Amino acid sequence: MSEAATPSLGPVSSSVIDAPHVRPPLLAQSAPWLIFGLFAAVPLLALATGDSFILVVATRMLIFALAALSLNLIMGYGALVSFGHAAYIGIGAYAVGILSSYGINDLLLQIAAALAASGLFALVTGYLSLRTSGVYFIMITLAFGQMAFFFMVSLSAFGGDDGISLSGRSTLFGADLLRSNLVLFYGVLGVLAAAFLLMRMLVASRFGRVLRGTRDNPTRMRAIGFSPFSFQLTAYVIAGMIAALAGVLLANQVQFVSPAYMTWARSGELIVMVVLGGMGTLLGPIIGATVFILLEDVLAHFSEHWKLGLGLILVLVVLGSRDGMSGLARRLRGGSDV
Amino acid sequence: MLNLFLLQSLNGIQFGILLFLVAAGLTLIFGVMDLINLAHGVLYMIGAYLTAAFAAMTGSFAYGILIALPATLAIGIALEVLVFRRLYDRSHLDQVLATFGLILILNETVKIIWGSAPLSVPMPEAFSGSIQLMGNLRYPTFRILIIAAGLATALGLYFMVNHTRLGMLLRAGATHGAMVSALGVNIRRLFMIVFGLGAMLAGFAGGMVAPILSVDPGMGDSILILTFVVIVIGGVGSVRGAFVAAILVGLVDTLGRSFGPMLLRNLLDPAAAAQMGRTLAPMLVYILMAAVLYLRPTGLFPMGGGTR
Repeated sequence: MSEAATPSLGPVSSSVIDAPHVRPPLLAQSAPWLIFGLFAAVPLLALATGDSFILVVATRMLIFALAALSLNLIMGYGALVSFGHAAYIGIGAYAVGILSSYGINDLLLQIAAALAASGLFALVTGYLSLRTSGVYFIMITLAFGQMAFFFMVSLSAFGGDDGISLSGRSTLFGADLLRSNLVLFYGVLGVLAAAFLLMRMLVASRFGRVLRGTRDNPTRMRAIGFSPFSFQLTAYVIAGMIAALAGVLLANQVQFVSPAYMTWARSGELIVMVVLGGMGTLLGPIIGATVFILLEDVLAHFSEHWKLGLGLILVLVVLGSRDGMSGLARRLRGGSDV
Repeated sequence: MLNLFLLQSLNGIQFGILLFLVAAGLTLIFGVMDLINLAHGVLYMIGAYLTAAFAAMTGSFAYGILIALPATLAIGIALEVLVFRRLYDRSHLDQVLATFGLILILNETVKIIWGSAPLSVPMPEAFSGSIQLMGNLRYPTFRILIIAAGLATALGLYFMVNHTRLGMLLRAGATHGAMVSALGVNIRRLFMIVFGLGAMLAGFAGGMVAPILSVDPGMGDSILILTFVVIVIGGVGSVRGAFVAAILVGLVDTLGRSFGPMLLRNLLDPAAAAQMGRTLAPMLVYILMAAVLYLRPTGLFPMGGGTR
């Protein structure tokens, strides 16, 4: 059950010690440009079709891509399956909601508050959760997520169950820039691109290599003198803070904040996004979130019981593919593991 | 004041008994099969819906729950054969994904069949009154029935786990699954029995609670999380741990909600105490869980060995 109980000293997977001078194939190199380029062109599509809803859906995709990207840091590179990640989206969204109800609308102040609150919450709950592993870790992160959810539900001063409607979007240095959906879209795209670059740097750094090494073989990492705990906790805090940033953006997009953002079903959906796109890959979560939001939209048009379809797809994919969704995703990507 | 305390303690015990009925099956499924089953709460919900449907059909709550029990057992076994059997040797992540998908399917199916508005089940005539316990303390008969039925089930489980061949295999399977299988025990059949039994216990809890709570599609999700808390506190795989932890969680939750604001009133002004009490009370069980985990990372009654 616990990883410490299986003292295999097998080889550390090759992804950790990949030689730095081997150039990745051209497609893998250009894929980020392609994806971010396509997203950057979405406003043109909205303009051409005259359907402004496209921009709204695309912004939503980018926001959830940011949240999935953050979850992937701990789940994909650290093998820490957190089932309470939506709580951080909620913390970010409530930082906007609570501060704006006190008349503080400055985006940077709201972001600072969101990062501080989520970082603190991640530090405390991560410290406790990381004392366990495997199934226990999944259940404990789930319980902490629910704790945050119930806290917000019972916070009647800030709407409780009903949530808070915001009077408008956040301002930047007093200017009402984000009021335009177009500015918000490019702003979110910029944040996602920055987070993507940060992730790429983190994963390639010494920190990222220790994290991946611990994922593949915690016993060996301890044997060669690393203490995985502090690395995992750092990753957990970073992931929580980035998800809170996604929450700040989400609150700004829909101009509404409610505990519904942090339900455990939402956490489950974030896991599905990461696995759908390819766990432990940099672009995977972005692709997964895009496909998920698209699927949600298409299925929701089709029937109000769209979750039935989503559930069927999930069960069939996991049962149908021998090594689960990650195996299926790997096969779809043509066996590359970059 | 003393009466209120006793009354709320009984409520807490009754809530704990319900949690235990759901947690008992789940902790065995975790312990014996190493399977994380998010869909266990759904079986509790299905038990409640089936009881509601059969009670309406037959006009009697007793018949309703008597038909609902084998029906949930059958659904549990069908799910085991169709889905769970294929998940035992998968990673925890695959199990989370598949059982999460199963929740979406079953929750929506229930919504399609019965709609999303809550159903209510009429209280059976014979148990609708209340009983005088001591002095002027009265307690609803039906809640006493729940406590009695739960305690009887707990005793039965205790006997089964500790004094029967099936129980011996369960205990052995929880700690040394591969060895039990190597000794020639049909482990697949054992798994199926455990799963069906767990489903029936959860369905029983759902059926018993139907007359005092509303039956709605989200009821399984809310109890699932508390069941996880119970299992984590009690130690995965331990039925005894699940019992102690369930009663503990039931008492802490119920007493915290009713007496938390009252105790805080000694420290704060009434308005602030009421607000803070409302906010803190739902978090109490999670704080309890965090405290237990900090002191004993594998729960109060960890199963021995741990070599898997």
